[in-house]
Amino acid sequence: MRGYSCVNRRLGRWVVSLPPTLFLLLFFVAPSLIMVVASFRFPGEYGGLAPLVEHGRWKLTLETYRFFFSDFIYAEIFIKSFGVALATTLICILMAYPLAWLIARSPKKHQDVMVLLAVLPFASNFLIRVYAWMIILGPQAAVARAVNSLLAAFGFEPVTLLFSPFAVLVGMVYVHLPFMILPLYTNLAKHDPALLDAAQDLGANAWRRFWKVTWPLSLPGIYSGSVLVFIPVLGMFAIPDILGGTGDILIGNLIKEQFLGTRDWPFGATLSLMLTLAVLVCAGLAAWLARRGVGRHA
Amino acid sequence: MIAGFELPDAGQILLDGNNIADIPPEKRPLHTVFQSYALFPHLTVAENVAFPLKMARRDKPTIKAKVHEALDSVHLSDRAHAYPHELSGGQKQRVALARSLVNRPRLLLLDEPLAALDAKLREEMQHELIDLQREVGITFIFVTHAQDEALALSHRIAVMNQGHIEQFDEPSKIYGFPRNRFVADFIGNTNMLEIEVAEATPTHLRLAVPGLGEIMAPAQEETRAGQKGWFTVRPEQVRIGPAQDRELKNHFCGKVRSFIYVGNVTTYTVELADGTPIDALLSNSAPGRARFFEVGDEVAVSWRHDAGVFLRE
Amino acid sequence: MRKNPVWLWAAALAAYAFLYLPLLIVVLYSFNDSRLNAEWVGFTLHWYTELINDTNMLVAARNSLLIAVAASLAATVLGTLAGLAIYRYKLRILPILAVTPVAMPEILLGVSLLLFFNLVFRPWLGLELGMWSVIVAHITFCIGFVTIVVRVSLLGMDESIFEAARDLGATPWQTFRLVTFPLILPAVMAGALMSFALSLDDFVITFFTAGVGVSTLPLQIYSMIKIAVTPEVNAVSTLLMLLTLGMIVLASRIHGKAIQSTGV
Repeated sequence: MRGYSCVNRRLGRWVVSLPPTLFLLLFFVAPSLIMVVASFRFPGEYGGLAPLVEHGRWKLTLETYRFFFSDFIYAEIFIKSFGVALATTLICILMAYPLAWLIARSPKKHQDVMVLLAVLPFASNFLIRVYAWMIILGPQAAVARAVNSLLAAFGFEPVTLLFSPFAVLVGMVYVHLPFMILPLYTNLAKHDPALLDAAQDLGANAWRRFWKVTWPLSLPGIYSGSVLVFIPVLGMFAIPDILGGTGDILIGNLIKEQFLGTRDWPFGATLSLMLTLAVLVCAGLAAWLARRGVGRHA
Repeated sequence: MIAGFELPDAGQILLDGNNIADIPPEKRPLHTVFQSYALFPHLTVAENVAFPLKMARRDKPTIKAKVHEALDSVHLSDRAHAYPHELSGGQKQRVALARSLVNRPRLLLLDEPLAALDAKLREEMQHELIDLQREVGITFIFVTHAQDEALALSHRIAVMNQGHIEQFDEPSKIYGFPRNRFVADFIGNTNMLEIEVAEATPTHLRLAVPGLGEIMAPAQEETRAGQKGWFTVRPEQVRIGPAQDRELKNHFCGKVRSFIYVGNVTTYTVELADGTPIDALLSNSAPGRARFFEVGDEVAVSWRHDAGVFLRE
Repeated sequence: MRKNPVWLWAAALAAYAFLYLPLLIVVLYSFNDSRLNAEWVGFTLHWYTELINDTNMLVAARNSLLIAVAASLAATVLGTLAGLAIYRYKLRILPILAVTPVAMPEILLGVSLLLFFNLVFRPWLGLELGMWSVIVAHITFCIGFVTIVVRVSLLGMDESIFEAARDLGATPWQTFRLVTFPLILPAVMAGALMSFALSLDDFVITFFTAGVGVSTLPLQIYSMIKIAVTPEVNAVSTLLMLLTLGMIVLASRIHGKAIQSTGV
């Protein structure tokens, strides 16, 4: 800006924006860059990383990437994680939609309370919410026994509900449901009731009113909610760790294993980069879909 | 730019002969009344009005006295401890005015301050503003789109087009003697005829209208025969009468093409022999009878020999 | 008002039940006189007394609180600065820097910070992972939340207010002190409370950056879940839920009062 107190204004700009920028550059950007470089390094003798420069020569390799693509099991785990994320998202949509719709159609003065009630469970500790399902699905608990006696009545083998893919899925849905409810509700609350009246006036029955008016308009909310569910689920490790069996590991568990278990840090870094890539692709896809959707249905 | 929130690309802004273009907004001796009033929501009315005095580091007793005086002058002393969100639009308007005038700036900028008010309130506030300005004696610079507002409130109007000032004059001169086509067209309604000067004398002009004949117009400096230009005459200056009406010097025959009735007046659009439309305003003064002419009637439109203006561009 | 069909009510209530029943069971069994979380045997406060006598748990709780206070303070200051800077100077990179740690899966941030601390801080500064590394990690992902909250608050205001302040004689600093800051204060406080809650609650990032010596409440709960599950976990969960509930009530009270006094 030319003219008056040029110096002061420039100074003000730096004073305000520099502290957060520096902090984030140091503790977010730098670690990310180090991660990228780490994926090209050799693992250290006792785990961790080998020195970057040894005897004056850079020690870099593509070994981790070769390793990643050599064994199908890693791709398999990625695919499984995507599958779980997709399933979780779809179930969340199914469960959240009626609730969000009901709240949006309720009298304004009730809406705040209803939304708060729906989101309140999210305020409790994440581990507690997972632990709760350990109790419910535990072998001695009522649910498991009821299901098993039912199965026994039909001559089926008893199943273990806990430590299974089913438990993992339930846990994922339970933890992330509020993330779907909120954006959906926000979207549905903005719908103009006059649109539905107009549709009815023009002869549409309840189902068609929903499918042709409400659903398309709610798509942006669905996209937002899906992104808020899909991406965190992709990177989850605690839920499979607590509720899943030994074969139910997902990407998150794999990464955790590399860093804290086998201590093969370069490989862990590669896996993290793959996950980051996956997340970026999903986010980009969501943004593209949202832009397309808005253009068509706005 | 006057308030200091935009910087000019070049040039100076002179206030009392001093260039203020380089002075930051908080140091300029002028204040602004914003279109949205911009009252501080977290301060009471009294605290809002006191704000500029606090910035000028006046002492507490002085501030108290001046705030009281300012609120009195806008008739809001009883709402001194209310918060802005509790006030109506008109009341917020007045608080904004009191706040900007309390420390007697050299100049007051008003940025479409009445735009958000309904018609009745607007009119009320216009009168209040005129009174206030007279009382306070400060120059007000008023920005508005509403022409009637500009014509009613101002001592002088600047008509701007694309950043350029087309004419800066008293309202009556802006309206009655527009300097060019833009001003004539922009302010109010007018008729525009393309003409060529046939004769120019110190007392009158004779203008040739292709296809229609000649008209007499008032004399204008530096006009010579042969010049091409436009002739503009306002609808209220154009008389509409039965076809035989030949009283005024400038008259033409035509047929009524359409009309618009707005209660107090009716504007007739008359199509002349060569298709040129002329608007004529007729006051609906005769009681009980709203329309004098119907579509298709043969009429004559005419105006005085000294009405209208010749425009070169 | 349109009437809502029965099935909609049923589905919605089912969703609410799904959300709350598991938590209610946790609370219920915290009073259960049985080691196993299977059947109701009898009422007891035994697990709560065990909780109070559990030094590991108390140390973990103390650590969690310290970390939460430190992290939320720093994140609030940095996040408010960021929100102001983005609004005023229309920055483009800072918003991305601030929000990405929030949008990414937590494990990525946790792992990259683990790498960073081990590669840079340990050899160069001789620092092992500890409380400080957790605090820094928490600040990193809390900044984004505060930034967003403050920025949204600023966007919702009539920006001519800030121009008016300067027009009436206030310097940029006075404008900030007397006009901007009082008006964003509710948002700043909301951001602070949110950061506090997020920090208290965090598991994944803390898991990777805590190192050997530091335990926080979530980490403690995790190890109890994995190693030896007793209803003591239920007890601490119940207390935590009460605490969070209390904070939410407090936050909404403050928010409500702010709206009342300024209409903003």
